[in-house]
Amino acid sequence: MGNKQTIFTDEQLDAYQDCTFFTRKEILRLHGRYHELAPHLVPMDYTKEPDCKLPLALIVAMPELNENPFRNRIVESFSEDGLGNQSFNDFVDMFSVLSEMAPRELKAIFAFKIYDFNVDNFLCKEDLEQTLNRLTKEELTEEEVQLVCEKAIEEADLDGDHKLSFADFENMITRAPDFLSTFHIRI
Amino acid sequence: GVHDSFSRLIAEQTQDERDPGYERDPGCERDPGYERDPGYERDPGHERDPGRNRGAILSQYYNRTLQLRMRRQSRPSLRDLPHSSRPSLRGYRVESDFSETDIRRQALVSNLQKLSVSDRVRMLRAMPLSMADKRQLRWAPLSSLLLSSPLGHQTPHIVVLCLISLSLSLSLSLSLWFSFLHSLQLWQLALKRVGGRFGTGVLSYFLFLKTLLFFNLFLFLVTGLFLVLPQAVHPPPAVHPFSGLELLTGGGYFSDSVLYYGYYSDTTLNRDCDNNGSAPSPGGWRGLDCARQGLSYSMPLAYFFTIGTAFFITCIILVFSMSRSFGQSFRVEQSPSLLAMKAFCSWDFKVVKTSSVALMSENIGTQLRELLADVTRNHANQTAGQRLWRLLVHGLAWTICSGSTVACALAVHYLAQHMHAVRHTHTHTDTDTHARARTKSSLNVSAASCGLDADDRLCCCVVCRNLMLKVSLLSVLCFHWLGREATSGLQCWESFVGQELYRFLLMDFIFTLLDTLLGEFLWRLFSEKVLKKSRRPVFDIARNVLELIYGQTLAWLGVLFTPLLPGVQIIKLLLLFYIKMSSVMLNCQAPRKPYRASKMTTVFITLLCFPSFLGASVCVTYTMWSIAPSRACGPFRGLSTMMQAGRLWVEQLRDANPHLTWLATAHSYLVENPLFLFVAAGVFMIIIYFNSQVVGGQRKVIALLQEQIKNEGEDKKFLIRQLQTTHAKKRDTPARRSQQVRHCDDAVTRRGKASFSLPDSDPRYSSTFCNRGNATGRFRLSIQSPAGIW
Repeated sequence: MGNKQTIFTDEQLDAYQDCTFFTRKEILRLHGRYHELAPHLVPMDYTKEPDCKLPLALIVAMPELNENPFRNRIVESFSEDGLGNQSFNDFVDMFSVLSEMAPRELKAIFAFKIYDFNVDNFLCKEDLEQTLNRLTKEELTEEEVQLVCEKAIEEADLDGDHKLSFADFENMITRAPDFLSTFHIRI
Repeated sequence: GVHDSFSRLIAEQTQDERDPGYERDPGCERDPGYERDPGYERDPGHERDPGRNRGAILSQYYNRTLQLRMRRQSRPSLRDLPHSSRPSLRGYRVESDFSETDIRRQALVSNLQKLSVSDRVRMLRAMPLSMADKRQLRWAPLSSLLLSSPLGHQTPHIVVLCLISLSLSLSLSLSLWFSFLHSLQLWQLALKRVGGRFGTGVLSYFLFLKTLLFFNLFLFLVTGLFLVLPQAVHPPPAVHPFSGLELLTGGGYFSDSVLYYGYYSDTTLNRDCDNNGSAPSPGGWRGLDCARQGLSYSMPLAYFFTIGTAFFITCIILVFSMSRSFGQSFRVEQSPSLLAMKAFCSWDFKVVKTSSVALMSENIGTQLRELLADVTRNHANQTAGQRLWRLLVHGLAWTICSGSTVACALAVHYLAQHMHAVRHTHTHTDTDTHARARTKSSLNVSAASCGLDADDRLCCCVVCRNLMLKVSLLSVLCFHWLGREATSGLQCWESFVGQELYRFLLMDFIFTLLDTLLGEFLWRLFSEKVLKKSRRPVFDIARNVLELIYGQTLAWLGVLFTPLLPGVQIIKLLLLFYIKMSSVMLNCQAPRKPYRASKMTTVFITLLCFPSFLGASVCVTYTMWSIAPSRACGPFRGLSTMMQAGRLWVEQLRDANPHLTWLATAHSYLVENPLFLFVAAGVFMIIIYFNSQVVGGQRKVIALLQEQIKNEGEDKKFLIRQLQTTHAKKRDTPARRSQQVRHCDDAVTRRGKASFSLPDSDPRYSSTFCNRGNATGRFRLSIQSPAGIW
């Protein structure tokens, strides 16, 4: 039903529909957005699964991500090589996790990855400092940032190792009822 | 728990010691960051190494699918779950038994195969793997599905098959309906713009409007299809000519149209009938001969059942969406980790406009400063005098509000009585205008006195006061209509009530427009031109949502008397959407204080369900059950109550077909008897009570588990330190070793008694690791993943 499209095979669209929170129409629209980021690089025919990756700079130029202080980390967390080069699969993955229907656990896992700047599987003080500076655009003084980081870790750290593991982070997220509505990008 | 991991740790350490290439890691002794595995950290690509994380995730999801399958068969009791249920790093450090990623994948694939379709899709979507991996996992189950039967090897009973297929089709159709609604994507671009500029709070108002639109659309379709269309095809002659004033007053041409209850015939509508083409057969209930020969449509029955089913389905949808939003926003309230939450959860990822982003950064910075000041400052600085003053102010505000509410209600009551006594010789617009103007002024007064600070508690106070006012007004009006007008001997009281409700709806719309104009547009002009400030008004979300709920209550009240009222409500909501959207974009600015969007959305949906829908359905049920319909108009003329229509039909069926006597007796016992309703309500309340007890129990378990985690963390720190000191001392003087071990023993057993999880005398605990104080420093703690509590 609908118009016959030649970008994906039906099986591919079914797979996308089962593995992400998007419908067929939305997948096609996402492909359109991916294509217009680099019309010369991205093929219109994805039936043969072409190996095409867009660099970080192109993806963070999207209006949905452009003003986000964590845009680099977001794109890096959803790329295979960790440097921000995204294939179409990664692109869809990213917006699927950031969509309305993704469950809290999934969002918490990727939020943890995004805020983990030094990629050591812990949110240590340096990670928090970077987060705060990006949030407030360096409005807070050095002293205030240090204090906030200390207090935050003190509040959320459960097993006493002075940094937040994923368990601590998830436990804190479950107490924040607004997490689901703020960690959401509309595409 | 701690014992298990420690005994394993010791075993590993003694094994490692025998390895000649092993050397002690000095970093461990310096700080209690023992969990940091230096080997793990030194590998820079470990995070980007897909193999390691993927393997862990696969085995974690293997466990989950196993649990899901077990849970689908029987619910495991809490007692069976192991004590050491440390909700640790979700498989990030899981040491699994599988040696290769492929074996893990095979196991996961086979588990996924055995789940149902919806479970499988849900599990796939929730996995934190990349698309390519997920598609690999997905392909294997699909291909093997074609070969194997989905229900296993035994041939199940036919009834079971039927039930399964029925439930499958129901769930499929429900999910299809919701995905259809979602794919409609009405106003998607406009909502995105509003969200991008104002954030989640203002967006939630427009989403609520959209939800209400869908409810009304459903009602309109149902009533339109089953009531309006059949009646419109058989029109009696029009009495009044049409003039434009009808749109405002609801009278004139409209009073004898499909809009009102009075228009609907009480007979069976026939076509291709023997006597006369489209004339209704006389004496409705007896005209069965004609009915059998052509298409017949019993209007009273249709009216009764349509309204009933529409309300029933709306109730189910409302309860379902309320429980869903409640589940999303309900979280165990412990001591709130405010600073951490503010740092990680306050950035609204939807906002894209540069100026809004700058504003949001500024707001977050201010809030963080305030929170820091709160947290570091002493809490006990509010003197008794200050507290007393706050109480006084609150008390004063509440008395003013309640006083004005009571005054309003009394005014409306006496006004209505007066009008009733005068016998409606002139139009009613002034009555309604008076009532509305009075309520509006008192509302604004109460809102002003409550202050504009959108503090959480204060916001709830404002909402409560508005709610109180509206509820009292509506109840006075309902009492007046159902109690007085219905028994007053008016010609067609249902049409009269319908007309009143139509006018109320219209007045509500006009006043909202005026509000928008005065409150937002003129205020912005005033503050820009006269006060020369760039501060625009803030969009008051709570008040606007309450207006929407009030309008929806009127629509639900009026469906029985005015079947086309949902259509009017739809037009009103559409116009309101565009007007509010343009007003917000032009006149308002983003809110300064954070808006607890999910909590307030739950509150609004609950308000829509409980006072609003419940009140409307109670009124409608009461009308149908015990008020006599008017004799001269409407589909139920001549009957003692509207419910009688159903009873007569059942009796008719029984007369026509003697086998259906059981239906008549069932009907008389179930539907006529109010006891059934009480029993149903009782069962419903028992279910609610049961669920709340379950939730309370889970809360207690969560609290206990959190304490256990804290204690285990402290135990771990203490024990590691003891181990380190023992090791250091052992290196220095072998002679003092035995003394240290004894010391260690005492300290440990003392510690053991203090913590929550350790038993009083666990020989393993006290003896094993202290004796193995020669364990050397590189501690790699393997934490077992828990079996998941619920």
